[in-house]
Formats: sequence, structure tokens, C-alpha cells
Amino acid sequence: MNQMPTRRSATDLDWDRVRRWGIYAGLTMAFLSSIGMVESLDKRLIVDPILSLGFLALLWVPVAFGYAATYEEAKEGMAAPEKGERDLIGGLAAGLIGGLFFVAFIAIADAVDLRGVFPRIGPALIDLLTFGRGTAVGGLLWLMISGLLGMFGGLLHVLPVRVRRAVTNALTAVFLVALVEIAVVDIFESLRLTVISDWIYAKNGGVTIAGAIVVGALAALSSVRSEGDAVVRFRTRYATMEGDERKRFNLIAGAVGLVLAVVLPMVLGGLTNELLANVGLFLLMALGLNLVVGYAGLLDLGYVAFFAVGAYTTAILTSPLSPKWTPMLTLDFFSIEGWVVMVVVVAVAALSGLVVGTPVIRLRGDYLAIVTLGFGEIVRILFLSDWLAPAFGGAQGIRNIPAAVAGPAEINGTKPQTIFYLVVIFVGIAVYVAWRLYHSRIGRAWAALREDEDVAEAMGVETTKMKLLAFITGAILASFGGMIFAVKVGSVFPSSFKLIVSIIVLVIVIVGGMGSIPGVVVGSLVLIGILGGPTQPGLLAEFGEFKLLIYGALLVFMMLRRPEGLWPSVQRQRELHQEEILQDAWLKAEAAADSAGER
Amino acid sequence: MHLLEITGLTKSFGGLQALGGVDFHIDELEIVSVIGPNGAGKTTFFNTISGLVVPDEGRIVFEDEDIAGLEPSEITKRGIARTFQNVRLFPDMTILENVMVAQHCRTETGVWGALFNTPTFRNEERAIEERAKDILGFFGTRLTGYRFRQPAYVLSYANRRRLEIARAMGTMPRLLLLDEPTAGMNPKETAELTGLIRKLRDEKGFTIVVIEHEMRVVRDVSDRVVVLDHGVKIAEGSYDEVSSNPDVIEAYLGRPAEEGA
Amino acid sequence: MTTTAERADFRFNWVDSFLLALRIAAIFVVVWGTVGALALGFVGEGLSGSAWKDLIVAGLAQGSMYGLIALGYSMVYGVLGFINFAHGEVFMAGAMVGFFVADYFFTSGLWVSNFVIAILIVLVVAVATSTFTAVLIEKVAYRPLRNSPRLIPLITSIGVSFFLQNAVLGLVGPAVKTYPQAPTWLSQKISVLGLQIEGTKLLVIVIAVVSMIGLWLFVERTKTGRAMRAVAEDKEIAALMGIDVDRTIVTTFAVGGAMAGVAGILWALLFRGVSFITGFLPGIKAFTAAVLGGIGNLVGAMAGGVLLGLFESLGPNVVLRGLRWEIPVSLGIAALAAGIGVAVLAWRRGRVSVASVAGALIMLGIAGIGQWSIVIPGLTQLKDVVAFSALVLVLIFKPSGLFGEQLADEDRA
Repeated sequence: MNQMPTRRSATDLDWDRVRRWGIYAGLTMAFLSSIGMVESLDKRLIVDPILSLGFLALLWVPVAFGYAATYEEAKEGMAAPEKGERDLIGGLAAGLIGGLFFVAFIAIADAVDLRGVFPRIGPALIDLLTFGRGTAVGGLLWLMISGLLGMFGGLLHVLPVRVRRAVTNALTAVFLVALVEIAVVDIFESLRLTVISDWIYAKNGGVTIAGAIVVGALAALSSVRSEGDAVVRFRTRYATMEGDERKRFNLIAGAVGLVLAVVLPMVLGGLTNELLANVGLFLLMALGLNLVVGYAGLLDLGYVAFFAVGAYTTAILTSPLSPKWTPMLTLDFFSIEGWVVMVVVVAVAALSGLVVGTPVIRLRGDYLAIVTLGFGEIVRILFLSDWLAPAFGGAQGIRNIPAAVAGPAEINGTKPQTIFYLVVIFVGIAVYVAWRLYHSRIGRAWAALREDEDVAEAMGVETTKMKLLAFITGAILASFGGMIFAVKVGSVFPSSFKLIVSIIVLVIVIVGGMGSIPGVVVGSLVLIGILGGPTQPGLLAEFGEFKLLIYGALLVFMMLRRPEGLWPSVQRQRELHQEEILQDAWLKAEAAADSAGER
Repeated sequence: MHLLEITGLTKSFGGLQALGGVDFHIDELEIVSVIGPNGAGKTTFFNTISGLVVPDEGRIVFEDEDIAGLEPSEITKRGIARTFQNVRLFPDMTILENVMVAQHCRTETGVWGALFNTPTFRNEERAIEERAKDILGFFGTRLTGYRFRQPAYVLSYANRRRLEIARAMGTMPRLLLLDEPTAGMNPKETAELTGLIRKLRDEKGFTIVVIEHEMRVVRDVSDRVVVLDHGVKIAEGSYDEVSSNPDVIEAYLGRPAEEGA
Repeated sequence: MTTTAERADFRFNWVDSFLLALRIAAIFVVVWGTVGALALGFVGEGLSGSAWKDLIVAGLAQGSMYGLIALGYSMVYGVLGFINFAHGEVFMAGAMVGFFVADYFFTSGLWVSNFVIAILIVLVVAVATSTFTAVLIEKVAYRPLRNSPRLIPLITSIGVSFFLQNAVLGLVGPAVKTYPQAPTWLSQKISVLGLQIEGTKLLVIVIAVVSMIGLWLFVERTKTGRAMRAVAEDKEIAALMGIDVDRTIVTTFAVGGAMAGVAGILWALLFRGVSFITGFLPGIKAFTAAVLGGIGNLVGAMAGGVLLGLFESLGPNVVLRGLRWEIPVSLGIAALAAGIGVAVLAWRRGRVSVASVAGALIMLGIAGIGQWSIVIPGLTQLKDVVAFSALVLVLIFKPSGLFGEQLADEDRA
């Protein structure tokens, strides 16, 4: 916009942008309704009688798109774009346009029977979307809602930072409290404080209106008191910590995590423990993949193969029903037998890492990705085939995997607490391994190899050896995941090891932040915890059928907007935002040069 | 006996012959410049010595062993390090890390050492860092202090070249191959680097081969000059001998535009 | 790594030895299986002559379809230097929307009364859908990533691929949609060059060849085509020469999408069933074909597609079935002797190709003397293993393709 910094009128807007985002909003709402999201998610309540997850899935659209429609980039060296009524008007307009499109969609869906093509667009959906009051009234309502929400989106630009943060924090807090309902109810129940949980949560699920108001108010109040975005502040502080300070912080964080890990399973119920065990399982794999993708820069899309290898090895060694070999060892961590099992799992995983890693070692990055994907699929189809069924059981797989044993305790899927403890121990090992390796000559060699393979080789880094090391370490961590998975489920079959597992683990690493251990932890908590794994439900179990859609969208969104992830590693952030940092560094260097008189 | 002795080095890419039977040798503590017009095969010459390119024929004997065809990392380990014509640092690693990673082939703690944080590992890490700081200190204060923790890409062009030399020094070589170390530098920086190259030999004891376009640098640093043209050695000798050699003059005047600054 | 060794292309290290072993194993299995299948055929246990011909025809038809999809991968890789993993979904989108139109024509009677017009309209709709999808993906997902590290757009395209699959799943449901039956005159067999070809397969081959020729003329003879080649060569220089790079890239995606749309209808003619995951496997296979033919090489992509189609069709039924054949001991001894002879030669020269032939011969010898025989049940289950093995082997051993890559240098590194 070639605007001189004079006062702008309230309608001086980038109308083209407003129109575009309005249309996007309408189409998005229509799309979300057409795939059945509104209907399926309507059963889960967020705020008891008034808001369900299904409608929330629609209502965020005008807000976000209204915000985007009136967003103006603050250009370098230019005055910040001034804010005012025009943002409200723009948001309102975008919302109205979106609403108009959406109403048109409802009207068409009502008039024409589209079920032949789109099975989810039926009378039930129309009824739901029109609040059971017919198209005319429903349409009018939607126009209003969408317009107002769009205006609210625009309003976010205008509000002073503190107020805006208070508003968004309050809304997020209510949503989060509704989200973790099962866990909170669990905890309060074991603490015998059902009075409180009964007051916050309604009988049909979701937060009560009173609860929502209190939670929202508390969140708003606490954010008004604080300076700036706490998460961001904390992250920058963490990134700038030096030597001892960081070590101390890591120790404290580790200790707190350990205490939590020991205490939480005791107060949580079965469902929540199951969920945490799944989070841990995927975290374990993500930590392994992070070594391969994040540290060494090798995009491995067949990572699930190592997971499968670990699971099948455990099954063959321990299950009495394994068709060909039945050593029937017990996975007893306090006896030699258990250690034999683990050693064999590690050995087989390392060997498979070597076998997959070796042929791809000289390929360029993208071909490596596709070849590893091919290997992953070959492994799965072979496990599935009649040919190898005498050894691996074909589609039926291997069942009756006995519980693992640790002293007096039995560890199996019917007692998710035990699985969780087991997972925590292995995640601990994985974090330790990743952290130690990263801060050694091996980690530096991986970084060099990721940045410029040829030069790394010319500088004396044995790239072949280092790549294989990354593959093998990653494979071993994944095989531990497979081992725990086999014990947890009690049976293994090929359908548990589809490509989608590799992709979801990759999404965790990317969303969390490639090369960043805390990032991967956050990534698995958020993704597996909320959305769930390929077959495992998360906190939003209702998302089941839309999970993969969201994973796909998330992958694209992260790549476009935040390729370094939620909690980036220091190096990645540098890599992806070179220009900005370059400017900062330039200024810093100039200042330093001025003071030191370098020239 | 020479430190490095090359005989009949040949390399073709497709139909194009980059090196057509080059003989070359360098003795301990010598500085030899390799010059020649663009496309004369100088960089291919370096690439074959450092192992990035495998020669078709010929022997490259370094400290009495034929190293032709070895992996580049193995060659570096045996004591040959290089810089690149178009500066190839690890831009997102810090300046210190750039030099630390170069010591990879001089250190050996493996996975176990790193995992169990053994005393050997800790001592080695400390030694690596000390040595890296020491090497960076060789270039004055430009690459030290607050610079240690800065990513390499913030450096100015001249400093990047210096860091690349520092990184090559990190591999603790006996023979240093510098590919156009002064390219893109201003006269003041060039003069300084000329002194530095001599210092590398006199103080640090490196034997050095330099590819250079800048004739003043060639004159000031080299004990001996080797001229390549079309992949063939056309002259060899002291700077004065070579600069008056009619073949050399013809090779350059044939391509006056490419003579370089 | 630019280690293109000429004098001895084999180094005694772990990676080279492993690759040599893999090469030997691949040659050994393919030779044993093929010879075995032929030998079994002679004693009447193998495939009959007509079954062979049917497999070849099926391979040709499928292969030409893969070739059309491969064009999209090849062109995009040639111009932008990354694998558009979502291209399989572009293909699926065309086939899926085409189904609904075809289904509508079937209920309205046009499909039966005037099949040619109906299928033409379906084709146009499918092409339009795929083109639109491809262009949309480019605008939304890839354009903002033009200058990012090469793995970033690849990861993005994986996300796009999953998004599209699941969006289609959500919109139209998980059921496989089956195209209405083609008229009987089309499914009759026609004799061409001694081969009995089913009419639909012939139609598939003809449409593929015509589209291919059209595309070739477009790229070689038109101004837009020239611009595309220039952009593939060097984007910056092309821009300096006054070419609108953005628009050319959109055109590339559009043309690739259009070809995928045609392929979608060919898929419908061949297999009839379409669902949300229809795009995944053909996509992977077509990518293999693109690499096999040489990325950026359009004629190569088509040839690679046909080769891969033949391999996929013959692979399980011929090669894997033939593994049950026991190599006669005498032949085994001969192979072993020949293998050792070649190996002695190979030792001196250090050439991988000779060494792998020697190794394969020795393996054949051992198999013959040991009277090996591998009986594989459920061969069709392994169809995709054959395809993925082809993918893996092609990428590992022939990443620059059979007919040469045409890539900008920056994309090759």
C-alpha cells in the first residue's frame, strides 16, 4: 500500500484482501461442514449447553479469517500501520462475506439432495446448522454470527496488547480446561475433591457456564498482571542461558519431570494413563527420529520399519504363539532372560538400521526419503504376506505376548500405569542419549554433515560412519518403542505398522522443532495428547476420523509459517531465519566495532 | 624424499580433460603457488588431492603412501587440509564449532565416551575447545571473544575466508591447500593475508600449496610457482623465471580478460 | 559426492561391498526367475503363451498410464527441484470427480447411448479438476517456499498429500466408487501386431500416446514450452531474459496436472474402482518411472512408465513364480565356472558391473548345485513388494535414469 502517513479514513482498507479472506472463510466453513466435522464433534461439549466442539470447529473460522483479512504487515523501516475502526469494519465485512457464502452453502444443501456425492451433507446437518429453525432464520443467524465474529477478529488488532492477551488467554483457558476434562476429573476423584470437579464440569461433559466464567476470569486476571508472553519470554531466556545456569535449569526441570512422572500415574485413572503411555511411546520414537532427521538431516520416511522390527522381535522371543520360533523368554527386567530379550532387540534393530542405512547413504536427501519409505512398505507387506506367514503369522500376526515383569510388578496393557512407568524409563534413556550425543564430537559431526555433506567429508568427518551411526541409534530407540508397544497391546500385526506411523512421528518432530529435545517433548504432548496417534485416541477422541486431515494440514501450516517448530533448537532457528538474525548481528557487530575500534 | 609427490595425474569429465598428466611435488615447509588462467584445472587439481574427485590415472604419494582414491576424510586424517574457492563454511554452526568440528579426525571418543561422560571424553572436549580458541586467536581478535558463539554466516567476507583457514588448521594438517585465499578481498586485507600465509609456514610449520590469481601475492609468498594450462603443467620455477617464460605469457595473453585483478 | 571414479569404481569398504552384494542379489533373482519361468513354460507348468501376451499388454497399458503421471513429477522436479509427493492425489482427484460425472451420465442414459461423447466429457472434467488441484496446491503450498532448503517443500508436499487424501475421504466417504461398465464393443479383443488386445487397453495406450505427443509438441514447439525449458535450466537467468517465472511454474503444474487427469480416466478404464487412497501407489510408481526415465526428461518419463508397467505386470507372475524352478546341476556348474572366470577378470579391473555379473553367475551356480527352489504362495500379495523393490533399486543404482537427467546444476547437488 503506497500510503503516505496521513490520517486514513475508516473505509480505507485493502478491500481486495478483505474480499479474498471472506471468501476463504465461507469456503472453509462449508468444507468443514461437508466432511461431517460439525456433526461428529457436536457430541462433545465445551461449555455445557451453549457451545459444542462441532460449532467451535466452525466459529473459529470467521475470527481467524477476520483477523487475517485486516492484518497489515509492519514493513521494515516504515511506520507501523495505524489501527482503528477500519479494522473492525474490515473484519465485519470479511465475516459477512464468509457468512454469505456459508448461508448460500446451507441453502443449496437444503434445496438439492447432495448425498449422492457428499454423504455427510444430509438433513441432519442442515437441521443442526440452522439450529432447527429453517433455512431463513438459520441463515440470518449465521450472517450475524459470522459478521460479529469477523469483527471480533478485526478487533484483536485494535485492542491494546494487554487486553488482547487477557481475552485470548481467557478463551484458551476455557478451551484447555474443557479439553483436559478426563484428566482433571480423574485427579480430583482420587483426591476426593469431586465437589470442585462437579462444579466446573457439567454432567454431559464440558465446562458449566459458571465454571467457564470463573476460569476465564482467572486466566484474564493472571495475564493482565504479567509482562509479555510468558512462553516466549521463557523460551528466549532458556536459549540465552549459558553453561552452568542451563545445566542447573535442566537438572531442576528433569527432577520436576521425574517427580511428576512418578506421582501422576498414581492419581490418574486408567484412561488418562493410557493416554500418557501413548504420548510416551510416540515421544520415544520421535526422539529417535529426531536424531536422524533433526541432527543428521536424513529424512527417513520408513522409520516405522524399526518400530515394527522391535515389536516383532519381542513378540517372537516372548510369545508362546509365535509360529516358528518359540523361545518363550520372559521380559523380566530383573533377570537375565529379560536382558537377553533386550539385547536381541537392540542387536536386530541395529542390524536393520545398518541394512536400511547402508544402501541409501550416498543418495541425495529427497531420494533418501522416498527409498526409506519404500523400505518401510516392503517390510510391512512382507510381514503381511502368506509367504512369510510361517514365521510372522501373516495378517493375524503374533498374539499372546505375555506381560513384562519387573520384580513383583507385572507390566501390560491392562494396567496402563505400569506401561507408563516403563515408557518413562525408556524416554529418560532416550533423552539422555540424544542430549549426550548432541554435545559431543558426534553431534558436531552430524551438524556439519547436515549443513554441507561434501565439506564435512573434506574436513575429516567420516560421513558414512556418522550417517550409519544416526540410523542405528534411531533404529534402536524405535525398537524400544516397538518392544513396549508389543507388551502393551499383547499382540503384533502388520496393520499397526503403516506408513502413517512414520508420518505422524515426523509431524511430531516438525511441529515440536527439528533438532530440539524440549520441542519434541512438547510436540508429542500436544499432538498425541490432544489428537492421538494413528489408532490411539487423544483427549479429543472425537477427532478420530479427522485426525489425519489435521495432521496433514498441520504439516503444511508449520512448513509455511513456522518451519523451526514450536520450540526450536537454537541452530534450526538460525538456519531458517538467517536474514533477520543477520540484521541483528550486523547491528551488534557495528556497535562492537565502534566501541573496540576494530578497523 | 618429497612430502607430496604427484606423477601423471589425469582426470577427464565426460570428454573434457581437466588434468592431462600433471607431475608435481612439494617439500616440507615449502610454499608453492599454482597459477593458470581460468579453466586450467587448478581446482580439479586440489579436488583430486583432497579426494573429492578420484583421478583416472596417476599416483598421489603423501608421506610415502599412495593416497589416490581414498575417501576425503581419510586423506584429511593423513594430514592434508584445504579451503574452498567459494568459501564453504558450516554457516549455522558457531564460529567456535566450525573449528571444533574440524578436529573430528584428531579425536576419537566414541558413543560410549559421550554417553557415560568419561574423564577421557571430558578432557578431550576441553582440549578441543582450547585448541579451537587457540587457532582462532591466530587471526587476532576478529574471530575471538563474543564471536565464538556467533553463527558463521554473520561474518564479513574476509572473515569468512579467515575462518575457513582456521577450520583447515583445526584438522591439524601437515599440508595446507588454499584455494584462492585472497579472492574478493580489498588490497589492505590481501596484503595482510599474504603476511599471514608466510606466518602459517614460519610459525605454525605448515607446508602450503596456494592457488592464486593475485600476482603480487604469488610473488610475495611463493618459494616456487607452478603454471597449469588446459590441465598440463607448462612451467615451473621461481616467480621471476615463470613470469618471464614465453609459454606462460602466451597462455595468459591468449585470455587477457581473464588474467585477474 | 562427486566421486565419479573411472579407473576402479569399487572401493573396498562396507558401503561399496554392501551395494555390490545387493546388486548381485537383484541380478541373481531376476535372472533365475526369468529363466525359470521360461523353462517352466516349456514343460507346460508355467504360463501359457497367451497368458504371457496378456501380461505384456496389461503391462503396456498400465505403464503408459504411469508414464502420464510420471510426466508431472518429472516436469516439476525439472523446474523446481523437489518431489511433489502430492501429485498422486492430483491424479486421484481427477479420477474421483470423473466418477461422479460418469455416474450421472450412466443414470441419465448417455453413457450407454453415446459412450464416446460421455467419456470425452468425463475426460474434460477430470483434466479440469486435476489441473485446478495442481495449480491450487502450487499457489497455496509451494509458492511461498520457492527458496527454502530442498527438504522443506518435500515435507510440505507430504502434508498436502495427506490432507487431500483425508479431505476426499471426509467429503465423499471411504467406499470404493466403481465406474459404470464400458460398452461391450470396447471390451472385445482386437488383433494388433499379433497381440490380442482388449479394446479398453488399446484405447488407454492410444490416449496416452496422443497426450504424450501433444505434450512433447507443446514443450518443444511453443513459446510457453521454451519458457519452461529455460526456467528448468536456470530460474534467475530466465527471469532476466524476461520470462515470467511464476507464470511458467504455474503452467508446469497445470500441464502436469492435466496429464494426471488424463491418467485418472485411463485408470478408470482399466480398473474402474476409485477411492481416496487410489493416488498413493500409482503416485509412488510413477515417481519411480520418472526417475527411471531420467528426471526432467519427458520422453524418458513415458519410457520409464512403460518399463515399470511391464516390470510390475511380469514381475510377480514371471520372476517370482520362476523361482520355484530348480536350476539343473549341469547348468549350475557351468554358471559357477563362468562366474569364477569373470570374477578373476573383474578382480584386476575393479569394475562393479563385471563383478556383479560374476557374483550373480556364482550365485546361480550355487543355487543349481544346491538345487534351490523357492515356492512363494500368494504371489499377487507381493505385487507391491515388486513395485517398491523397483523403486528402491532404481533410486539406489540408477538415480540419474536410463535416458539421462535434464536438471539445473543447483538441483542436482
